[in-house]
Amino acid sequence: MPRTLVTGVIGADTHIVGNRILSMALEDAGYRVVALGALTPAADFVRAAIETAADAILVSSLYGQGELDCRGFRDACIEAGLDDILLYVGGNLVVGRQPWAEVERRFLDMGFDRAFPPGTRVETALAALAEDFAARDARAQ
Amino acid sequence: MKAALLVDFGSTWTKLRALDLDGGTLLGSAQGPSTVTSDINVGFDAALRALAERLRGLPDFAYRLASSSAAGGLRMVTIGLVRELTAEAARQAALGAGARLVGSFAYRLTASDVAAVAALAPDIVLLCGGTDGGNREVILHNAHALAASALRCPVVVAGNREATDEILALLDDGERFVTAAANVLPAIDTLDIEPARAAIRDVFMRRIVSAKGIDRVHAAVDGVLLPTPAAVLEGAKLLADGIGARAGLGALVVVDPGGATTDVHSIGTGEPAAAGVIRYGLPEPYAKRTVEGDLGVRHNVSAIVAAVGVEAIAADAGMTVAEASTALDALESRVETLPGNAAERALDETLVRAAVDIAMKRHAGTVETVYTAQGPVQVQRGKDLSAVKHVIGTGGAIVHARDPASVLAAACADARDPQSLRPRAPRLCVDAHYMLYAAGLLAQVDRAVAFECARRGLRIVKE
Repeated sequence: MPRTLVTGVIGADTHIVGNRILSMALEDAGYRVVALGALTPAADFVRAAIETAADAILVSSLYGQGELDCRGFRDACIEAGLDDILLYVGGNLVVGRQPWAEVERRFLDMGFDRAFPPGTRVETALAALAEDFAARDARAQ
Repeated sequence: MKAALLVDFGSTWTKLRALDLDGGTLLGSAQGPSTVTSDINVGFDAALRALAERLRGLPDFAYRLASSSAAGGLRMVTIGLVRELTAEAARQAALGAGARLVGSFAYRLTASDVAAVAALAPDIVLLCGGTDGGNREVILHNAHALAASALRCPVVVAGNREATDEILALLDDGERFVTAAANVLPAIDTLDIEPARAAIRDVFMRRIVSAKGIDRVHAAVDGVLLPTPAAVLEGAKLLADGIGARAGLGALVVVDPGGATTDVHSIGTGEPAAAGVIRYGLPEPYAKRTVEGDLGVRHNVSAIVAAVGVEAIAADAGMTVAEASTALDALESRVETLPGNAAERALDETLVRAAVDIAMKRHAGTVETVYTAQGPVQVQRGKDLSAVKHVIGTGGAIVHARDPASVLAAACADARDPQSLRPRAPRLCVDAHYMLYAAGLLAQVDRAVAFECARRGLRIVKE
């Protein structure tokens, strides 16, 4: 059975094009994609993940406010019983020139399993998904 | 002449409409008391005698069809997973099937939830949860909980298709009727309530009607086909859609303020009327029914007064606050009261206006401006009804109002509330002879004549 991924652009962010391209690429790679589109509140990612029994949530943020929007995301998942769901975030996550390692650290501390900088290629995300799902399968056995 | 008899077994009255099928006109109407708790035939026979007197004998009826809201209506409990998603889709399906929702549950049913469902003693339970290929665990958990409970009412299963077979096997223990329909929310962005609605109607027709003793009238009618609110919704849909060659009225709204609830039906996609508006939330049903259980113009007088304020009601009715308070108290203590003098009628219409205003505000969608880094964006929740061309009032409170246009105007857009997407400049009509339910019933056998009857039954009160 294919894995289910929830995608969307979080917060008051209307940048939908990159997220669409990502969603199409994920579908081509054999994933079942639940694309929530632009302007998606954090709570809607969680609700959709529950109904669709999603294996991962991929959050996009392009307008620099991602840090505010994503605060408490993992906690919301835990509250909803999705303790172990795989969480990725990517895009233009912060405003200004900040060293990526610091930005990444902040998002990992928020409970995301991976964070991706601007300009990440789809192949990189696909490889990360394959690796993380394989690790989970190994852990489950 | 070919004729049809359309019967509505209501909670208080048994209403009859005799229609001429050749001309699509109303031959006559009559009513008798509702006697479903003793012998339903007593009230029905009384109504039929009254009709025979009026028509100087009864024609041969080609069709004798009935709807019913008697014996508490179609009492339903809905169960879904996430409150805003499958649990909401389940509610929409049940309301669209004409049900009276007595309970709605979400997530895993707890022991006390199951006890509450059993205590509610619904006629039908609608069990949903999970998109197709999505969550199976919760709907299975809830099916196990229902299977182990004392509840024996029919269950319609309309959740994740991957769980359906297992649930049918689980619940079908010989004592309980269980049937399956397609998922009400097959994908997160797809609402599909029509199959569940059809399944609910089927269970209503085959099982609930006899369970409530309404089928004892079977010799006199061919069938009790629909719960009355579903018949009204069918009539509204027919009016909006038309039939092949005859164009319908297009998107429309029907408001029905009653003693215990205020119902609003809207037919139309509710897509944004303006370009560039982003829709948010669960997709909306094309034929949508909402029921406001706190806006009955008799049973919930105090709730309406609390929402609007006694000062506003007194001013609208042309009374002093003291006079209005006394009259409102009297209304609530004697719910059967019909308005007598002019002051009482004015007060009554004020209440009806307030109920229609609030019910329509809840039914219609909203639009708000969200400021993003890329500039302001319009975000729409619910249905955009601003371009709707017809608002139709049905039920005694509107039909017998002195000024039905002023009551229906309360359903329309209000400059003080620009976010509410209510009809901006509709034609206002009254379903003068209570033909919508009759047309909805007749549509089950002859859509063309039914459309004609519904259309002719409309009286325009404001262009």
